[in-house]
Amino acid sequence: MRRLVTDTLIIAERNLIRLPRAPELFIGFTLQPIMFVLLFNYVFGGAIRTPGYSYIDFLIPGIIVQNIAFGGFATALGLNEDVRKGLIDRFRSLPMSRAAVLGGRTLADVATNTLSLTVLLVTGVIIGFTFQSSFGEAVAGFGLLLLFGYSFSWFLAFIGLLSKSSESVNSIGFIVVFPLTFVSSAFVPVNSMPAGLRDFAEVNPFTVIVDGLRHLWLGAPAHNSVWGSVAWSLAIIAVFAPLAVARYRRAAVSA
Amino acid sequence: MSDGPAIEVENVVKHFGEVRALDGVDLVAERGRVLGLLGPNGAGKTTLVRVLTTLIKPDAGSARVLGRDVVHEGPLVREEIGLAGQYAAVDENLTGMENLTMVGRLYGSRRRAARERSRELLERFDLVDAANRPTKTYSGGMRRRLDLAAALVAKPPVLFLDEPTTGLDPRSRLSLWEVIEDLVGEGTSVLLTTQYLDEADRLAHNIAVIDHGRLIAEGTPEQLKDRVGGEHLDVTLEQPGDTDRAVTVLAPLCAGRPTVDGNVIHVGVRERRGSIVDAVTRLSDAGIAVEDLALRRPSLDDVFLELTGRPAEPASEERDLADDGPAQQERAA
Repeated sequence: MRRLVTDTLIIAERNLIRLPRAPELFIGFTLQPIMFVLLFNYVFGGAIRTPGYSYIDFLIPGIIVQNIAFGGFATALGLNEDVRKGLIDRFRSLPMSRAAVLGGRTLADVATNTLSLTVLLVTGVIIGFTFQSSFGEAVAGFGLLLLFGYSFSWFLAFIGLLSKSSESVNSIGFIVVFPLTFVSSAFVPVNSMPAGLRDFAEVNPFTVIVDGLRHLWLGAPAHNSVWGSVAWSLAIIAVFAPLAVARYRRAAVSA
Repeated sequence: MSDGPAIEVENVVKHFGEVRALDGVDLVAERGRVLGLLGPNGAGKTTLVRVLTTLIKPDAGSARVLGRDVVHEGPLVREEIGLAGQYAAVDENLTGMENLTMVGRLYGSRRRAARERSRELLERFDLVDAANRPTKTYSGGMRRRLDLAAALVAKPPVLFLDEPTTGLDPRSRLSLWEVIEDLVGEGTSVLLTTQYLDEADRLAHNIAVIDHGRLIAEGTPEQLKDRVGGEHLDVTLEQPGDTDRAVTVLAPLCAGRPTVDGNVIHVGVRERRGSIVDAVTRLSDAGIAVEDLALRRPSLDDVFLELTGRPAEPASEERDLADDGPAQQERAA
């Protein structure tokens, strides 16, 4: 158990040291989200009606959730590369904890998520986003995002280990993540969608999480969504953490 | 710790789908020595290394490293081994120093001790100047050296080197060979896979030849060469068109059948004494012009040809496969 903790921290450190040295990753975590906020707010903002809220207030919780989902691709791609380059073989031949490579990777993601979350929030505040809740609720919202981001890292870790190439990571990811984030309440009110799509959007976990966040940050009447988000996050971890670890144990054998 | 052999392999079988990558291999590697595992591409060498380093489980049979079972005592085995792969498994975005320190800490050392050991290794492998550069800026030879250094961080008593010099220039190969010889001098047991026969000849105390997942020969390099028989005469002709006639003329000298490689004819001679004179006389009587003629001991190339029916594969093909990663490598079996 002590081994699990120290090894996890060593691997997390490794993944964070890399970050400033891979400029494309760093840009992905900082500039890209800013660009998304600006594009959505100024290009679509004027055309999307969000009763009760200004568009920037409506948008920020949604785009932050989407950004966390997309940002997690770095995990899937990074792990995939580790498998293909033989680094996972090295780790698996060491007397280290076998959960630590994934544990460290997902832990490092919490740090990168905190970074891009902060960048996004600051950008949002500069162009007019305002919290309409207590400080405690705002912090709770931050925590909820990190929990959700952590759970999503495990899902993407599994995808990264499952895929044979970085191209297939991208295509699996986009086929799953694109519809999930767009057919949700992230960018437009769900009730503006056609009937079939709306049904999907209402049960979509991304809607649950975005609504939960809007409750905590904007006082939107959706407090059930907060617990719903916690439940979804825990469920995703419960399913994908064991799957990813099992996959890691066999990684590169049949990959 | 027991005093048994470094590595024992008993009837190990491993399938990948339809392919029998290992088809019942038995093998023993003594302590403090180098066992060379020789075989063409896809013969099962890498698969055997992966079984022994606990990366994959065999379908049948058993294997032990220093008496510890690789399937049931994986964590104990991993304490005792170092692995250096055929393509350098180092993190490209970390510096040489950071890579080694990370590995040291994952073996359980404290940060300071790990840094100290890393410094030692960087010095030994002539990487001090590059210690604080990300390894993506390293040359192929430097990466191999770092990869090997990473395998040595914890001073493991058993070392697995899977084609450690594939794709390296001759100078880097030579320096890597010297390092391996030093390690063995210090008592490390080594299992070395290679396609380079000169590498096996130079480093290995014992050689096991595998092909199609089976062990087909075993012994010291000298024993294996003796199996192929006595001296070899290489005759280089001036005119490639003369080869058929030359084979006929030289046949009476030959233990087996002369083999032809371009305008060179290889003759396994029956009797060393007088064979050069005899060959020259026969060829000149037949009016065949000779460019060069040499008598030599059999090489492991001859052993390989004799045992597998084909020459050791050229390095270029193997590089392509190695770049595709271990899984593809296995499929090529």
